[in-house]
Amino acid sequence: MYSIAIDKVTKSFGSKEVLSGIDLKIKKGEIFGLLGPSGAGKTTLIKILTGQTEHYGGSAVILGKEANKMSGTDHTRIGIMMDNFGVYERMSCRENLRLFAGIYGISKTAADSALAEVGLEKSAKTAAKDLSKGMRSRLQLARAFMTSPDILFLDEPTSGLDPVMTDAIHKMILAKKNEGCTIFLTTHNMAEAAELCDHTALLNNGVIVEYGEPAEICRRYDRLKKLNIRLRDGSEIILENSPQSADEIAGYISEGKLETIHSTEPDLEAVFMELTGRGFAD
Amino acid sequence: MKNISAIFFRQLKDTIKNKSVLIQFLMFPMMTLIMENTIKLDNMPPNFFAELYAVMYVGMAPLTAVSSIIAEEKEKNTLRVLLMANVKPHEYMLGVGSYVWLLCMAGALVIGLCADYSALAMVGYMLVMAVGFVISILAGATVGLLSPGQMAATSISVPMMTVFSFLPMIAMFNSTIEKIAKFCYTYQIKLFLALPDGDIMSMSGIIVLACSFAVAVTAFIISYKRNGLE
Repeated sequence: MYSIAIDKVTKSFGSKEVLSGIDLKIKKGEIFGLLGPSGAGKTTLIKILTGQTEHYGGSAVILGKEANKMSGTDHTRIGIMMDNFGVYERMSCRENLRLFAGIYGISKTAADSALAEVGLEKSAKTAAKDLSKGMRSRLQLARAFMTSPDILFLDEPTSGLDPVMTDAIHKMILAKKNEGCTIFLTTHNMAEAAELCDHTALLNNGVIVEYGEPAEICRRYDRLKKLNIRLRDGSEIILENSPQSADEIAGYISEGKLETIHSTEPDLEAVFMELTGRGFAD
Repeated sequence: MKNISAIFFRQLKDTIKNKSVLIQFLMFPMMTLIMENTIKLDNMPPNFFAELYAVMYVGMAPLTAVSSIIAEEKEKNTLRVLLMANVKPHEYMLGVGSYVWLLCMAGALVIGLCADYSALAMVGYMLVMAVGFVISILAGATVGLLSPGQMAATSISVPMMTVFSFLPMIAMFNSTIEKIAKFCYTYQIKLFLALPDGDIMSMSGIIVLACSFAVAVTAFIISYKRNGLE
């Protein structure tokens, strides 16, 4: 059973094609990470899947329904946290959530529970404008969690946050996964993807250039592994993972020049750079 | 209905905290209270300040309040969240519109009570103010839809409200301007308020109000179809 099934999805703005035939299938209860640099098409795909963009090519099925045909009830089954989703600045955290509890037709206690879930119960009466960036992200997460959704769409949920807040949000995301929630995550943070995601796809210029488990993707590009050699005279050499390098290392050992040797495994960014010729920060 | 009332009560709660909107609702009723009770001049027409400020209230408060609310929601991206929570555009507009209309009616009631109206005149006054508020709300909503943010909304709404609010007053001093002002709904409201108790609005006044309403609805529909709520 797939929570999300995307088949040949295309999207253009004028003559510019932003998504070119995206195919993805995401199982229920998994964390899926869509990785790519700014402008790769990540947010466009989220907007299609959440019904914010109605016109697109191909098929994007969410919980058994085409994304642009989802009803109001269907929308309560998905939670969305996007960077460009605002909060009511003059209202308190509790008031922000209670407003949406009223709109979703759920009890006000659900709003309070969501606040507690993200650790904002002590800031319940604080106006949103007085929250730090991290606390604001928590409030947005609480709003996304409030309906106990089947799917969570999180667009760069930890962007610009400090490591402590990032770790706290990671724990919340993993807790949701353990409850059976499917999570669609976009990020350009490789460590985050490797830590959280069951499967990832690397998106470049609207095309998926690689897909799989993060560790599996890295293993596929084992040839990108580097060998860092430090010699006794203090010089450092970086060698490719190749038979020629093995001979060179053997030579250093036999000559007694070798001090340390360690390997650097390819990460997702290295794979992306290998495939596209550019990094995530480009 | 659930969503309309959620939007309505959210706005109501926000009124005290949103000073720029609050002042729009309070300024003219307060001015009327003060001026009607403190300034008495010989040869001053009856209910002078009440009628003056009522007309300015119609032209100013709903227009700036609605345009500011919609533009702020667009700028802060809270409108997008509401729409994603399955609030329909018409529910949002009705929630905001009914909130502004009711608060303006409360303000109009205060102004009306400051004037020396009979019960019949009071009913007529409230009716014509109600229609005027609806036209101004539609104009304000159009401005809100066309503006990407609050700055843009202010730059459009200020000249509009200046025309609607001050044209009836300036028309008193210049016959050429008066000829133009006759086509403005706020001027027709001013003329109606100056009529003796029990008189009904002139046919030309009713036609101007009806045409203004039609123009406001058309402008709102066109701007909505062009821009939507995003």
